[in-house]
Amino acid sequence: MIRTAFAATLLASTTPLLAETHTISPGEGAQERLQEALILAQPGDEIVFEAGRYAMSDGLSLDVDGVTLRGAGMDGTVLDFTGQQGAGEGLLVTSDNVTMRDFALENPKGDGVKSKGADNIVYHRIRVTWTRGPHAENGAYGIYPVESTGVLVDGVKVTGASDAGIYVGQSNRITVRNSIAEANVAGIEIENSRNALVEHNIATRNTGGILVFDLPNLPVMGGGNVIVANNLVVANDTPNFAPPGNIVAGVRRGTGIMVMANENVLIEDNILSGNPTAPVMVIAYTQPYDDDRYNPLPREVVVGPNQFDGGGYDPQLDGAEMLLAAFGGELPPVLWDGLGSLSAAEGTMGWSLNLPEAGKGLGGAQPGLMTVEAPADDFDRSGIGAPAELDARL
Amino acid sequence: MKHLGVFFCALLAFASAAAVEARRMAPEVSDAAIQGKALPRTLEEFGFFVHADAQIPTLGVIPYRLNTPLYSDGAEKLRFVYVPQGTKMQADGEGLIDFPVGTALIKTFAFGDGDERRLIETRVLLLRADGWLALPYVWNEEQTEARLAIAGARVPVTTPEGEKISYRVPNKNQCKECHGLDDAVVPIGPKARNLSREWLKANIGAVPQDADTLPVWEDRSQAGTNAVARAFLDVNCAHCHRPGAAASNSGLDLRWEQNDPHAIGIMKRPVAAGRGAGGLLFDVVPGKPQESILLHRMLSNEPGVAMPELGKATIDREGADAVRRWIEEMPQ
Repeated sequence: MIRTAFAATLLASTTPLLAETHTISPGEGAQERLQEALILAQPGDEIVFEAGRYAMSDGLSLDVDGVTLRGAGMDGTVLDFTGQQGAGEGLLVTSDNVTMRDFALENPKGDGVKSKGADNIVYHRIRVTWTRGPHAENGAYGIYPVESTGVLVDGVKVTGASDAGIYVGQSNRITVRNSIAEANVAGIEIENSRNALVEHNIATRNTGGILVFDLPNLPVMGGGNVIVANNLVVANDTPNFAPPGNIVAGVRRGTGIMVMANENVLIEDNILSGNPTAPVMVIAYTQPYDDDRYNPLPREVVVGPNQFDGGGYDPQLDGAEMLLAAFGGELPPVLWDGLGSLSAAEGTMGWSLNLPEAGKGLGGAQPGLMTVEAPADDFDRSGIGAPAELDARL
Repeated sequence: MKHLGVFFCALLAFASAAAVEARRMAPEVSDAAIQGKALPRTLEEFGFFVHADAQIPTLGVIPYRLNTPLYSDGAEKLRFVYVPQGTKMQADGEGLIDFPVGTALIKTFAFGDGDERRLIETRVLLLRADGWLALPYVWNEEQTEARLAIAGARVPVTTPEGEKISYRVPNKNQCKECHGLDDAVVPIGPKARNLSREWLKANIGAVPQDADTLPVWEDRSQAGTNAVARAFLDVNCAHCHRPGAAASNSGLDLRWEQNDPHAIGIMKRPVAAGRGAGGLLFDVVPGKPQESILLHRMLSNEPGVAMPELGKATIDREGADAVRRWIEEMPQ
């Protein structure tokens, strides 16, 4: 009951009586007309982008609460940023309770759609494409919610991001589902975030499919409570094309699902095939850092039942040849560095580097078959995922 | 200091000329336009200027300058502040001046010298009862009128360096990208530490401790390398790169008062820089400007790499030199 009452209040406060619809069509002056509509919108209004291609010269931004942006489908309405001259992203959202649906952004110079400090945001059937395919000079993130509480990403498609296709950072109460991340460096990335549900997605042809990790020295720390379930993680074998220096530039080609420096992460019921370095990788942060708030280890990570079609058959790892020979031509599907705590469903095959310490390189590695306990308790799923009321907007 | 003296002489002459003009024309600033609910369509509705094209302010509209200004493609910037009759500004500490409701901060951007000078845009920040509102006004070709351009504009200009650029007038939201702090719009420039003691004394009647501490940009050869660079970073970067502002998620905090080496970028790894990092590993590597992301991004002109992201289309060579020297001289 308390929850219902809360949802009703929320609805009442974000749906004014006189919501209006503003319709924008492509053609001359689209940049100014679009931006003006985004600025003059009132809470509750809907801005409709009619079908067609919109030639954008600058980034767009929205800073009004409760606005819906609606296109005529992710292939029908295309905001084309090929000629973008300024701004760090295609579309920037800085207000709460915003819904974006059914349009595409092509070739933004920086990130695709960034929402910062934008609570209860919905991305539905949005496409972000860098049309030349993998390229180091493509923008970093396709879908980029950060510092937000309440994030629902549903049915989006991102191709060609030079960092992460779908990146959720420093946020809480997150669902990423039914989406396709293809040919990015990282397909889906959950960073320094809590209570994230990543399910029913396809991650393919990325360098790494789905990454969950924590980095030091960020305003929001302590990532964890993440479920990665029912995803199709296949053929993530694109050579890493991230600009060097980025954290994802270190992701090995052929990583399926990676967990680094995070706590309470459940990986289950995924189908993993064609991830030649490691279908599942659980590791500690590898770099030196100076941050008392930071725990570099993976803690309470649970690998439940998953369907593995093979393991690391062409690993991008030092000493790959020796490793392959030692494990009979193919590495077992789960790679753990031996640090922190990991449990796995009975019958899960894995190998461990058996590292003695975090952040000291691979010098002390003593590779061997992984021996871990089966998960002790039922994973605590409470509070994980986007607030239910966001579903009502789809 | 010599330069400053010259500046103040000029300012006085300017102000007294304005006073004479103002008495003759007797225009009045419209408090209703500043404080009302509407978005005035033209700059003229505010009544800030006797001769707008010459930027001669009316009575009560006070010119000011900042010791270290924000770089804006080399534009000449004319700054004014207006407070309603019977109210006053207050200065408490080195930070932002405390402005009364009804204040207008006015900043005009111009390119070209003498008769060739062309006004491009005038940005106003209005303090209404419910907070600050930022609005951009774009001047017409004839220089007779500046109209509200809520979605911004692009204007071809030639910079003082002779570069032909597509100058970007920010839209209303982009105003907030720089002026946003903890979800509110706030002024950036008029902090006591970046205003002269003389101006503070004359117009506010108080000179707080640590006022006038940022070096005067043209006189920076007489100031320390560290002070010059840190002033530059505070003024050009810290409106976004600080807690509560647009780039808070980067963890980089370039405010003048920030003393934690990691927070100001020293041996700090990038977070969401993407290709902006240019293959470099740290924001600032002491002694190695060529390995520092901070300088790399200042020296780029490409959207997605260039910093600052807004408000400039050309590379700030002077600023880059100041930051380069700072990193070079930093103990390793």
